[in-house]
Amino acid sequence: MWKFSVRRTLIMIPQIFLLSILIFVLAQLMPGDALSGTVDPNVDPERLDEIREQMGWNDPWHEQYARWMGGVLQGDLGQSFRFKMPVTELIGQRIVNSFWLSVATLILTYLIAIPLGITSGRYSDTFRDQLITGYTYVGFATPLFIFALVMLWIFGFQLGWFPTSGSVEPGVEPGTFNYFMSKVYHLLLPALSMALITTYGTIQYLRNEIIDTKQKDFILTARAKGASESRVYNRHIFRNSLLPIAAFFGFEITNLIGGSIFIENIFGYPGMGQLLVESISLRDYTVLTAVTLIFGVASILGALLSDIILSIVDPRIRIK
Amino acid sequence: MSYLEVKDLKVHFPIKGGVFGRTVAHIKAVDGVNLSIEKGKTYGLVGESGSGKTTTGRAIIGLNNITAGQVIFDGEDITNIRRAKSDARKDVQMIFQDPYSSLNPKKRVMDIISEPLRNFENLSRKEERIRVQELLELVGLSPESILKYPHEFSGGQRQRIGIARAIALKPKLIIADEPVSALDVSVQAQVLNFMKEIQKELDLTYLFISHDLGVIKHMCDEIGIMYKGRYVEEGTAEDIFTNPQHIYTKRLVAAIPDIDPNKREEKRKFREEVKKEYDQSFNDYFDEEGLAYKLQPVSDTHQVALPERG
Amino acid sequence: MAEKLLELNNLKTSFRIKDDYYAAVDEVSLTVNKNEILAIVGESGCGKSALAFSIMGLHTRAKIEGDILFKGNNLAKMSPSEINKIRGKDIGFIFQDPLTSLNPLMEIKDQIGETLLLHNKNMSKTQRYERVLDLLNKVGIPRAEHVMNQFPHELSGGMRQRVVIAMAIANKPELLIADEPTTALDVTIQSQILELINKLKNEMDSGIILITHDLGVVAEMADRVAVMYAGQIVEIADVKTLFENPLHPYTKSLLNSVPNANEEQDKLHVIQGIVPSLQNLPREGCRFADRIPWVDESEHDKHPELNEIEPGHHVRCSCYKHFSFPDESKEGQHVLS
Repeated sequence: MWKFSVRRTLIMIPQIFLLSILIFVLAQLMPGDALSGTVDPNVDPERLDEIREQMGWNDPWHEQYARWMGGVLQGDLGQSFRFKMPVTELIGQRIVNSFWLSVATLILTYLIAIPLGITSGRYSDTFRDQLITGYTYVGFATPLFIFALVMLWIFGFQLGWFPTSGSVEPGVEPGTFNYFMSKVYHLLLPALSMALITTYGTIQYLRNEIIDTKQKDFILTARAKGASESRVYNRHIFRNSLLPIAAFFGFEITNLIGGSIFIENIFGYPGMGQLLVESISLRDYTVLTAVTLIFGVASILGALLSDIILSIVDPRIRIK
Repeated sequence: MSYLEVKDLKVHFPIKGGVFGRTVAHIKAVDGVNLSIEKGKTYGLVGESGSGKTTTGRAIIGLNNITAGQVIFDGEDITNIRRAKSDARKDVQMIFQDPYSSLNPKKRVMDIISEPLRNFENLSRKEERIRVQELLELVGLSPESILKYPHEFSGGQRQRIGIARAIALKPKLIIADEPVSALDVSVQAQVLNFMKEIQKELDLTYLFISHDLGVIKHMCDEIGIMYKGRYVEEGTAEDIFTNPQHIYTKRLVAAIPDIDPNKREEKRKFREEVKKEYDQSFNDYFDEEGLAYKLQPVSDTHQVALPERG
Repeated sequence: MAEKLLELNNLKTSFRIKDDYYAAVDEVSLTVNKNEILAIVGESGCGKSALAFSIMGLHTRAKIEGDILFKGNNLAKMSPSEINKIRGKDIGFIFQDPLTSLNPLMEIKDQIGETLLLHNKNMSKTQRYERVLDLLNKVGIPRAEHVMNQFPHELSGGMRQRVVIAMAIANKPELLIADEPTTALDVTIQSQILELINKLKNEMDSGIILITHDLGVVAEMADRVAVMYAGQIVEIADVKTLFENPLHPYTKSLLNSVPNANEEQDKLHVIQGIVPSLQNLPREGCRFADRIPWVDESEHDKHPELNEIEPGHHVRCSCYKHFSFPDESKEGQHVLS
């Protein structure tokens, strides 16, 4: 298992390297830069060129890349032009927010998916199952941003049960219990909105796994031993069906990143997704490349994590 | 001069391991196999799972890469059969084990059987259709079935479709890999009878691979017994079944269930004796790695893997 | 007088296909005694596995009619919780494919241990694992204390089948049902497993139902044999009678189609036609009639029943009385026609 994990981790390095080049080059190809459109038109264009020259923006891309990468490796993601602060610092606060939002969403996703998936798989082709699969189709068909807006409108504005923006009540002392509760309170609605929609994949996956496992020969063996129906399900079917869900985890993270971009913007939640959109509209490329790189690394790490989890829980892989 | 000759055939599969996935060892699936078949005869290759019998067959027809050795068919070197002149590729065909999975379920019988024809012969649509109908008739299926799909046939009928596909190009050598193992006895009888009949009719040579010694005895003139990639014994059906020399062969032959319930006790005692002999003399018949020695002739037709004397 | 363990009376197992019920097992009546092996032979689709599953109540969507009397109690009328007390305790089941019949994610000791746990609530964990060790030794697994901590994929096919057997005999069942226990195994392993089943039968004094398509296995193992065709038993006899004096045309055909290692035969017997599918079963008359078309219709019974011809020898339909194969020289023709 160690060999497997080490090998798997080593493979990741070139993946991340290629990803970083791709992101950097794409950012370079985008029209305009931080100076275009926002500087007083009376400023002499030659002066702008001078600034560009000073910043090294006219150098060939690989030199710029090398400079950038050198910084990244030392933990320096560059300076944000618009926010006038180091990108590392800018991301620092938001990455924590995004992390907790993701954790909350994941927990809610599984809280919804596991009971629904299990019910749906165990009682397949009954009314209950049809109801649940019906829900997953709706989840599949509903665009996240519309659903999130509706949730925000109903529970945030109409009913006023949840805050409508921010990640914490202003003025609460950090570190106190109130601060923590306020954070959770702000998280709940965006996390729930996202979980309700994105959970459909996990439900369907689990349902199919259970229906598949139900027909395996070793289930007959368990019945022939005299195991009751509930034991057959709890001991043999669910356990064996939940395993592949671990493999699904990496995919879940990628999903989460995509979803968080909508969710954070709709709920005014200061996280990475919001920062990404801001940096695009402000053409703040240092921030943009940094955020994209972090998202990319997170996806790769997610896949790595699910492989390692699977190798721990599945004895068939564990041995190799 | 034999019709098919396999010389010192080796098929080794690499085992990848370590952090960088380098080749750390080899599985010697086939490790120095020699065999020769006369024209029009049936040669049986027997062994238990993992003995390398199937790999040998697949290597001859080019489905597995040959690590070392030589395959000579009708005087021509066909070791690299996939790159050989198309004649050899036409002349050697294969029948697969599982009639349920070796036929593409989405294709009609017409297309399944005509596929090799399309690859090697330029026939018009009409000629092709006539050929396929002839072939179906030859394997005992109605010519009207050309438009049906594989699932509309029973197991035995499917295996005959597989045979029709194999004989479409009028091959000279057929490698049959466990052709009846997935079939019921009565259907098995049908397929075996049929294989014997077309052998006479088309002057076919068979390499018949099976784990079932009863079937092998019924079909084969000469038999080779494989164990862990090597030969342990080779001889005529008579040699192998009435005068087995190698302890492994003895055990294999002893293990065949006897169809006469009266011989039950006798058989049981015999098996016990053979088992005892096997355990006691294992080291005399196998080397330190538990593999068979080189074949030594004990008669004109009969060879046994024994340590070299002296 | 042999002690009766299991008695089936007119068992009928039907499956619903579209809006109709089709019987995979029909009019099956038989008995199994203590310390006896009853072999059930037939080709795929004859209903032999469906019969075994019916006895164990393993069909989830089947309609079962008739009686399944196990030591006088009717299994067919029991509630799931009642039957769970018998399954794995009084009746053990050995499945065909040891590759798929073990849970890939459970250690061997817990898979065998589960059978013990379910029927011995008071057994401590240590006692349970000790018993698992005993069982593994009993079924001839070397280095049992190591194997019990392994997972199924780490064992060879023969070893896995031994584990399956250990699981089936864990609670010393009085009846053991083995569904093609050696079909997936090599011939040398097969003879070892059969030997093991024989040894266990004598030790535990159990009755065994051995389901197989292999007539060689039947000849080696069985005390009595039931031959099944198209869901029905067509002949029952003790093993010597069945092989020396088979009566039903199907039994005769089957015996003639096996390549016999002892005899030279150039041509094997071929049964004409194909086994009818469940939906195409003839619902009345002799079900084998279509496959022996040279036999005149008047030879068959209208409503064939299993009749006792001589003590212990039962044959269905009267078409056996004047049955003979058509001239064997013409035999070759219908192979190619």
